[in-house]
Amino acid sequence: MIEFRMPSLGADMEDGTLVEWLVKPGAAVKRGDIIAQVDTQKGLIDIEIFEEGVVKELLVGEGEKVPVGKTLAVLDSTEHRVGIKASPLAKRMAAEKDIDLALVTGTGEGGAITKEDVEKAAAAVISAKIEKTAQVDEKKEATELLETSSARHNIRQAIASAMSKSNREIPHYYLETKIDLTRSLAWLTETNRERTVKNRLLPVVLLIRAVALALKKVPELNAWYENGLVKKEEINIGFVVSLRGGGVMIPAIRDAGGKSLDELMTALNDMIPRARAMKLRSSELVNTTITITSLGEGQVELVYGVIYPPQVALVGFGAILEQPWAENGMLNVRKTVSVTLAADHRATDGMTGSRFLTELNSLLQTPGSL
Amino acid sequence: MENTIDRDHGKQMLYQMMLIRRFEEKAAELYTQTKIRGFLHLYVGEEAVAVGVMQALKTDDNILSTYREHGHALARGVDPGRIMAEMYGKQEGCSRGRGGSMHLFDAGKKFFGGNAIVGGHLPVAVGVALAAKKQKAARLTCCFFGEGAAAEGEFHESMNLAMLWEVPLLFVCENNLYAMGTALRYSHSLPQIELKGSAYGMESMAVNGMDVLAVEEAAIRAAEKIRSTGKPFLLVCNTYRFRAHSMFDAELYRNKAEVEEWKKQDPITALQNLLLEQGSLDAAAISELESTVETAVQKAVGFAEAGSWEPVEDLTRFVYSEPQNS
Amino acid sequence: MANENNTISITYREAIKQALRDALRADERVFLMGEDVGRYGGAFAVSKGLLEEFGPDRIMDTPLSESGFVGAGIGAAIAGMRPVVEVMTVNFSLLAMDQIVNNAATLLHMSGGQVNVPVVIRMNSGLGRQLAAQHSHSWESFYAHIPGLKVLSAGTHEDARGMLLAALKEPDPVVIFEYTAMLNLEGKIPAGAGIVEIQKAAIRREGKDISIITYGPGVYKSLEAANELAKLGIDAEVVDLRVLRPLDESCFLQSVRKTHRALVVEEAWRSVSISAEISSRIMEQAFYELDAPVHRLCGVEVPMPYPKHLEDISVPQAGDIVNMIKKILQHD
Repeated sequence: MIEFRMPSLGADMEDGTLVEWLVKPGAAVKRGDIIAQVDTQKGLIDIEIFEEGVVKELLVGEGEKVPVGKTLAVLDSTEHRVGIKASPLAKRMAAEKDIDLALVTGTGEGGAITKEDVEKAAAAVISAKIEKTAQVDEKKEATELLETSSARHNIRQAIASAMSKSNREIPHYYLETKIDLTRSLAWLTETNRERTVKNRLLPVVLLIRAVALALKKVPELNAWYENGLVKKEEINIGFVVSLRGGGVMIPAIRDAGGKSLDELMTALNDMIPRARAMKLRSSELVNTTITITSLGEGQVELVYGVIYPPQVALVGFGAILEQPWAENGMLNVRKTVSVTLAADHRATDGMTGSRFLTELNSLLQTPGSL
Repeated sequence: MENTIDRDHGKQMLYQMMLIRRFEEKAAELYTQTKIRGFLHLYVGEEAVAVGVMQALKTDDNILSTYREHGHALARGVDPGRIMAEMYGKQEGCSRGRGGSMHLFDAGKKFFGGNAIVGGHLPVAVGVALAAKKQKAARLTCCFFGEGAAAEGEFHESMNLAMLWEVPLLFVCENNLYAMGTALRYSHSLPQIELKGSAYGMESMAVNGMDVLAVEEAAIRAAEKIRSTGKPFLLVCNTYRFRAHSMFDAELYRNKAEVEEWKKQDPITALQNLLLEQGSLDAAAISELESTVETAVQKAVGFAEAGSWEPVEDLTRFVYSEPQNS
Repeated sequence: MANENNTISITYREAIKQALRDALRADERVFLMGEDVGRYGGAFAVSKGLLEEFGPDRIMDTPLSESGFVGAGIGAAIAGMRPVVEVMTVNFSLLAMDQIVNNAATLLHMSGGQVNVPVVIRMNSGLGRQLAAQHSHSWESFYAHIPGLKVLSAGTHEDARGMLLAALKEPDPVVIFEYTAMLNLEGKIPAGAGIVEIQKAAIRREGKDISIITYGPGVYKSLEAANELAKLGIDAEVVDLRVLRPLDESCFLQSVRKTHRALVVEEAWRSVSISAEISSRIMEQAFYELDAPVHRLCGVEVPMPYPKHLEDISVPQAGDIVNMIKKILQHD
């Protein structure tokens, strides 16, 4: 057992604020690894560890201020560490993809890491590596990093792997509908009028909130398909963020169903810049239960997405555009958005998707309830 | 010993017995020099059986034998050089060196082994004879075995099947009184092996296996019987091996006096004496025969010595038939 | 009865009988010998009617002399015939083991390639008929252990119909395992079914999640299990080994390379068994393809008890295969 304590980084240092953990329980660390960032009187400092082991428990939460010498985490020393249980295939794949198995949670027999676990971890772990690299050399711009290191290649590889698997294994079906956003946008304008510029809401949070609420009504789409449909309690929406240099990151909006519009906006404001700067924590990239891709600005009306396995659905929003709209025998021009649902036909059928889109439409017609 | 014998025929049988005797003595010598390994069972003393029985067989007849079969192979006409090479383990051997002393084969001579599971080849011999019957061929099958084998279940099964199916099979029991070291009286409730034929309704007879002329005559009679009736026959040749069971045998189970007593009946000496007595051969002719035999044995050893080892890459050949065999 | 797809319904017994009849008609050298194959009609009625059709020279009743008549079959084969020797049950084959192991399997080799033994030995095998400890055996591994033999296991009707004909074309001894418990089982085979190849294993059902590798009675059980599993979204591949010696390892290795998981199923006892061999070869040659340990379902190591309920649980059933695979795949 190793106790990792708040280090004394100078004679005048009395305490520090644990800003961010760079490891999580189960991670293997070795001498010299940066495992946390601590804010001190002198600024943000990387904290390195001088021993080797596996993180057992993090005792101090992010944001906590603790005195020097306080135990921040406990680690199992490598000597006593039980070997990582992984299938030969998983080990081989991990070696090929340069993935640290200590960071992978096993779901196989007796908790063994399987091929699928490695595949699942691939995207997240690769992103975590990029993040780590970025932190080690803070002077480098994230964009530069993308250009110069293998990070761009890694991201591409992760996307390629996940999307190929999706197209190979998931029988997609697609539904689309056009939703009149007149009421929602009017409501948004009204709300934003009372807010400071900083706190204003963007249309996309209405869409995200509506998706989360619609999923509560149609929970079959908030699920994983693993030898059958596995519905998920928590709604963790993966939100596609395009990177400037190409590629995408899909940070998770945790418990989107439990978040208010303001909380969703805060989450987006926090995550999107960090995603673009590739400063996301690996924990923010995993366990998503559905994905939203939104084209936002631009003129493209429709997006037919590729499901991110093992999820069973992806909701795509086109650009919000003025369109001719027929209603009650009258032709009008309205602000509309085209929504597509890509869903896994192994998991659900068109009727389920249809219920979802209908519910989504109905929610967006009553923005006050969002 | 019977009274007279044709000079050339007598000389030919004498030559064969002398060749076997000298060949076996040479084999023993080569064994001590480690040229020959594995088990080596010598036929010295029993030569009259192989040579006598062989006189009754035609080239188309089949022969199956035991692990003490050098004499049978030589008497059948398998090339001595190829036999010796086989015992050396050389690929020029009659079984390509795969069999060794106990497994001499020569399909061309219809000589089907060299079988080392006591009694195990008897059912096979029944089948070989059965095939001839089904093929309506005149072929006879001759199966040599020891009196030890007559205690095996396979002997009894084979006797029953052969008689039941009436197949042309000559059972030749070489009763040399010892199954390895166990004397006949300790292994058979009925030590007269020939009487066992009657349990299956099979004709049988016993003959002095130390007398080549007696063996020859009995074998010819048995073979004629088989060829005329299609039914099997049990011929028991009472004989004796002068040497130990195999090379590593202290012979604790019999005394030297007994061996010496039997040596007085040496089949080679007996035939030599007969041929001398009736004036067919003189001492000079016999010593000329000896030197011919010596030359033949030396030639066989030379052939074996000059032979080659099968390449190790060939190790797994002959487990299954190769295309040319099928 | 032929149907629109040009397949016919046939019992396993009838399939073997038709093969025997074809073989006897096609080649004068072929004859059937064994205990009660003629006048009795075969202990399990497989050869019923053949004596009348082919006569006693070609349908030969033998005494109870397993070593004797199996040896005679070997001898007849050496001397130019094409005997089909039926050993009434695999249990009795132990009495002929000397002939099979020491003669049939060795003569070609001991003679340096001069003497080949084209004998076919058929054995009624397996269990499942409450025949208790001395008549309920799976001795495939004994024979599959012996170089020089070719060992076939007829796990399907098609193979019951075709393996004998192919075996008779082999220059070397072939042991065919037939299964008593399957004799009454009806199955569909193509109307023109006949000879089958006997070099390769067969994929009886394609799948991607796990390879069930089996033979003999395990084949239909595994297919039944695979159908059950399909309802749960698990896609199992079923490999029928068919040829237990020499093993067609490329087939099952390729399957494992695809599915990354393997379950070997057999009725024989686990220790020193065919499944042990299969498992070893997967370890040796496809270790880095494995996403889970190789598992085995085998017979419980007990002499077969007489009562039905104990007999049933002594060997893997389709349900056991389903449960084991759910466990391997961590299926809730």
